[in-house]
Amino acid sequence: MSRRSLNAIPTDDPSAGPVLEFQAVALRYGRSPEVLRDIHLTLAPGSFHFLTGASGAGKSSLLKLIYLAHEPSRGRVRLFGRDIGTLARSELPWIRRRIGVVYQEYRLLDHLSAFDNTALPLRIAGRKLSDYRADVIELLSWVGLGARMHALPPTLSGGEKQRLAIARAVVARPDILLADEPTGNLDQEMGQRILRLLLELNREGTTIVVSTHDRSLVDRSGMPVLRLEGGRLYDEAVSP
Amino acid sequence: MSEPAPPHQDAGSRPGPLLPARDGRDGALMFVIAVLCALACLAVLGGEAADRAARGWSADLKSSATVQVRPKAGETSAEAAARGAEALAGVKGVLEARALDRAAAVKLLEPWLGKGAVPDDLPIPELVAVDLDPVHPADASALSAALAAARVDGAVDDHGRWRADVERVALTVRLGAIGAALALAAAAAAAIGFATRAGLQARREVVDVLHLAGAEDKFIAALFQVRFARLSAFAGLQGTLAAGILWSALRLIAPKDGFSPLLPQAWSDLWLIAPCLFLAGAIGAISARASAMSMLRGS
Repeated sequence: MSRRSLNAIPTDDPSAGPVLEFQAVALRYGRSPEVLRDIHLTLAPGSFHFLTGASGAGKSSLLKLIYLAHEPSRGRVRLFGRDIGTLARSELPWIRRRIGVVYQEYRLLDHLSAFDNTALPLRIAGRKLSDYRADVIELLSWVGLGARMHALPPTLSGGEKQRLAIARAVVARPDILLADEPTGNLDQEMGQRILRLLLELNREGTTIVVSTHDRSLVDRSGMPVLRLEGGRLYDEAVSP
Repeated sequence: MSEPAPPHQDAGSRPGPLLPARDGRDGALMFVIAVLCALACLAVLGGEAADRAARGWSADLKSSATVQVRPKAGETSAEAAARGAEALAGVKGVLEARALDRAAAVKLLEPWLGKGAVPDDLPIPELVAVDLDPVHPADASALSAALAAARVDGAVDDHGRWRADVERVALTVRLGAIGAALALAAAAAAAIGFATRAGLQARREVVDVLHLAGAEDKFIAALFQVRFARLSAFAGLQGTLAAGILWSALRLIAPKDGFSPLLPQAWSDLWLIAPCLFLAGAIGAISARASAMSMLRGS
């Protein structure tokens, strides 16, 4: 798959600045205490970070802020040089198309086949079936689902669902890829394969943030680590 | 023997629907819309028939007049009527004028007094029935002038008062039928809007995934629009067929001119309801899109 052939979404010049900037960002749900506090984060184009932290530390919440599922209760978020707080609702889809997400709970559409689930971002972007069919088949084969393209998600195992979710997240070659525990249900061999895919995408310029509990995955990759603790974000390279 | 096809050979040959194909509530909604469409069709058919009846009565009244003549001294009633008929027959716009004899006049009174209940000695006015040219009828003043010229003392009734009443009733019936059809269309739109909102709520997870994958509101609204347009058009077809079959059955079992003098039917009336399924589809599409957009923007 060539990056050119799959990327239907116009991108800014990566040298223009960071793809993501959080300035003093906080998040609370309703009237509950803040789950994220005073988050400062800058992601350069083509960077790769692991996001770690104990359960409930706010990893998923941080990712939700990045993929625009939530608005911060305080602070400023900039994505691709645009202040999210000032974006019109009609502009959000174009930003979201540049972000691929592997959800922890997969969020696959149960009524669609594995092929159609994978092709979803491409259909939404207005791509024609004849343009993307071969790419989707190749990608599904690559994640080991070549024989299960017609299968509906409820008939897939946990590991197969996870691979399908990964395929859907990367199929449009997003500028940012967010993965919430992407290897949680995979055996070591498939975990390694997925890590190689992520590294390959990163080499081609995709900015990647992987939330994980899997310390061995972090150690094998040698990539920088962001740690969430008590709702605050620490860069392990500079903090104890 | 050909080799078995690879598992992915026909993969994605036809993209699956982004919304789940079926919903348990679809059947109930389809029934409601079909009933509303059938009622709207019957309202239109009934309105058209009533309008036809009123137009017929109005045309009948417009093409005739009645003149009551009063005999002069030394003249019998029959003679006066004969003179009146003669004077009126020559007026432009009159096809025929004939004096009604006592038996004919008595027959006119029978609906009010009963058959055989008119006493022989009851004085009955002498009447002249005038048939007018339906295209260029003579007006009341021309008829009065002709009577005056012939020195016949008579009063002309051109049925104008009755015609106005009939036309007013016809207009009321027509507006009532249109109003009923519009009210039923509005009810169908409201039902579809409600179903769209319920459907969107029930598929919140699907909608969220589509949003997060970069779908615009109008893209998601279009999914509901197409779904409910199809459902409404199909329900509209069922409702139209039901109304058409009922109307045809009444026409078949009715006497020659229709089931009732108030509702004279014609086979051509069925063309009036033919567009109902398209209108139902359009109402479904518009209502579903508006409801979905409203809900998505508010989310």
